[in-house]
Amino acid sequence: MATYAAPGDSGSVVTFRPRYDHFIGGEYVPPAGGEYFANPTPVTGATFTEVARGTAADVDRAVRAAEGAAVAWGRTSPAERAEVLNKIADRIEQNLEAIAVAESWENGKPVRETLAADIPLAVDHFRYFAGAIRAQEGGISQLDADTVAYHFHEPLGVVGQIIPWNFPILMATWKLAPALAAGNTVVLKPAEQTPASIHVLLELIADLIPAGVVNVVNGFGVEAGKPLAQHSGIRKVAFTGETTTGRLIMQYASENIIPVTLELGGKSPNIFFADVADAPDAFYDKAQEGFAMFALNQGEVCTCPSRALIQSSIYSSFLADAVERVQKIKQGDPLDTDTMIGAQASNDQLEKILSYIDIGRKEGAKVLTGGERVDLGGDLSGGYYVQPTVFEGDNKMRVFQEEIFGPVVSVTRFDDYDDAITIANDTLYGLGAGVWSRDGNTAYRAGRDIQAGRVWTNCYHAYPAHAAFGGYKQSGIGRENHKMMLDHYQQTKNILVSYSQNAQGFF
Amino acid sequence: MAVNRVDVTADAAVLLRRLAGTHGPLMFHQSGGCCDGSSPMCYPAGEFRTGNADVRLGDLRVDGVGEPIPVWMSASQFEYWKHTHLTIDVVPGRGSGFSLEAPEGVRFLIRSRLLTDQELAELDGREQQPVPAEER
Repeated sequence: MATYAAPGDSGSVVTFRPRYDHFIGGEYVPPAGGEYFANPTPVTGATFTEVARGTAADVDRAVRAAEGAAVAWGRTSPAERAEVLNKIADRIEQNLEAIAVAESWENGKPVRETLAADIPLAVDHFRYFAGAIRAQEGGISQLDADTVAYHFHEPLGVVGQIIPWNFPILMATWKLAPALAAGNTVVLKPAEQTPASIHVLLELIADLIPAGVVNVVNGFGVEAGKPLAQHSGIRKVAFTGETTTGRLIMQYASENIIPVTLELGGKSPNIFFADVADAPDAFYDKAQEGFAMFALNQGEVCTCPSRALIQSSIYSSFLADAVERVQKIKQGDPLDTDTMIGAQASNDQLEKILSYIDIGRKEGAKVLTGGERVDLGGDLSGGYYVQPTVFEGDNKMRVFQEEIFGPVVSVTRFDDYDDAITIANDTLYGLGAGVWSRDGNTAYRAGRDIQAGRVWTNCYHAYPAHAAFGGYKQSGIGRENHKMMLDHYQQTKNILVSYSQNAQGFF
Repeated sequence: MAVNRVDVTADAAVLLRRLAGTHGPLMFHQSGGCCDGSSPMCYPAGEFRTGNADVRLGDLRVDGVGEPIPVWMSASQFEYWKHTHLTIDVVPGRGSGFSLEAPEGVRFLIRSRLLTDQELAELDGREQQPVPAEER
């Protein structure tokens, strides 16, 4: 296998610019306030570029650019918009390796994942919505012999999108593809932890998109995200993040009476019924991998299977095998294609994870493996690395109830089916869940009884387009990753027509 | 000193003095969920509308800051947190959300410990209804 040269070193497949401005109206423009902020890589902690520090003036300029482009873009045919999306997908695919390395350097995630998942999924996502918009139909309702209701889809106009840092390019794609397909123009704010990789992508596709259709304003939440969420020119806000900011965005949206879609995370249960251990076969191996999936993307996934529920009759043996499996996870340089777990995305994220490991211990949860920060030596010493950690404890403990957003799983046992469902649903959230059983009836019933928007059954962490993704309970509003997301980016226009020659008879 | 649910470190107090100087009276709301969740969010007082779904854990009194700084959390989240004492600290980082300190290159962080039985008894006595939303 191979280790990619770090961006900035000779031989790297990608080069970041020393500075990124805002992308507004089809060109790069410097920030109104003239300030930039340093952007470090979590791989080493060293700064590799600086990024425009956006303010309300920049957001306003971007919204105006998006408004200027909205009418023409909204009138393009679905075929034209689909062609743009398909071309974007092709361009990403042609540059997949460079974008994947950029994303790994930006976020700290292993390049193995960006090469095989993040970026190929982004390609497919653009293609999916290119197809979905062409296949979308309005509706016709014949109300009586002379009266017909026509329902047309129309774009909302300018939409604001606030992107998280855990999958900077893929999450931007989840929001951009349906919004553009539906005929909207976009002002997008990347997370301030990961503001640069989206620009590597943008430079590759900018010539494919009419000026003003996609605008990117960088900056901090309070300085750029807030004015975007509050802007009276925005017709909808889409946000992925946490609950308090989600509520605040809803409050701002109420001022302008606009809709929001929110994806706010979870504390996803991963349930292993006893029959998974009926034989030491390929399925058992798959279930074991399913347990270890909490370490994917360093646990920085809204659907991280961060609570493992194992049936009592197999608890000890299954857990012992699982801990062994976790101990084989290879941690290292994210740019090494053998690395399975890389760096946490930021120093404060690392500190938060360590603070949770601390309260987990204080509450009496037992660390079965991991539990410490890792120093990988050399340049990587400045990076933010945490061991994959397995806690054993009780579902009432805080490490079972709060999203740590790190490579930490909390394990407990259950006695029977009802017990499993009770524990699984004893959470404020309802985004993801996993169910593992050889019995289709058990798996089906559990899938229906768990209060979560996505129940992976005998699999985990698959994110194909055309499978709806979104939360129950406090995990949010809306369903991404599916053609139903088009509805969240469209108005319905009803034209009610009478084909009768005669008066109604009221006056 | 009276038992409390929430406290602040000296470093965080320094930062709060600076933020209050810039932004005026402040408030915290503890977040949950993904990304920057499970972190305290600091806003200008009144920026975040609290309601019946929230609990005020206490007020931080910081030397040099005129107004006490209330710390809020959603009532449902409080059910899972109420056995722990929280201390608001600050670390270098690149916080997100709309929290005020992020542009300063630092991030507020919650450190926790278990409340002792004695502390819990005292708090229980004081908080017959631990949802003082009306006192907002």
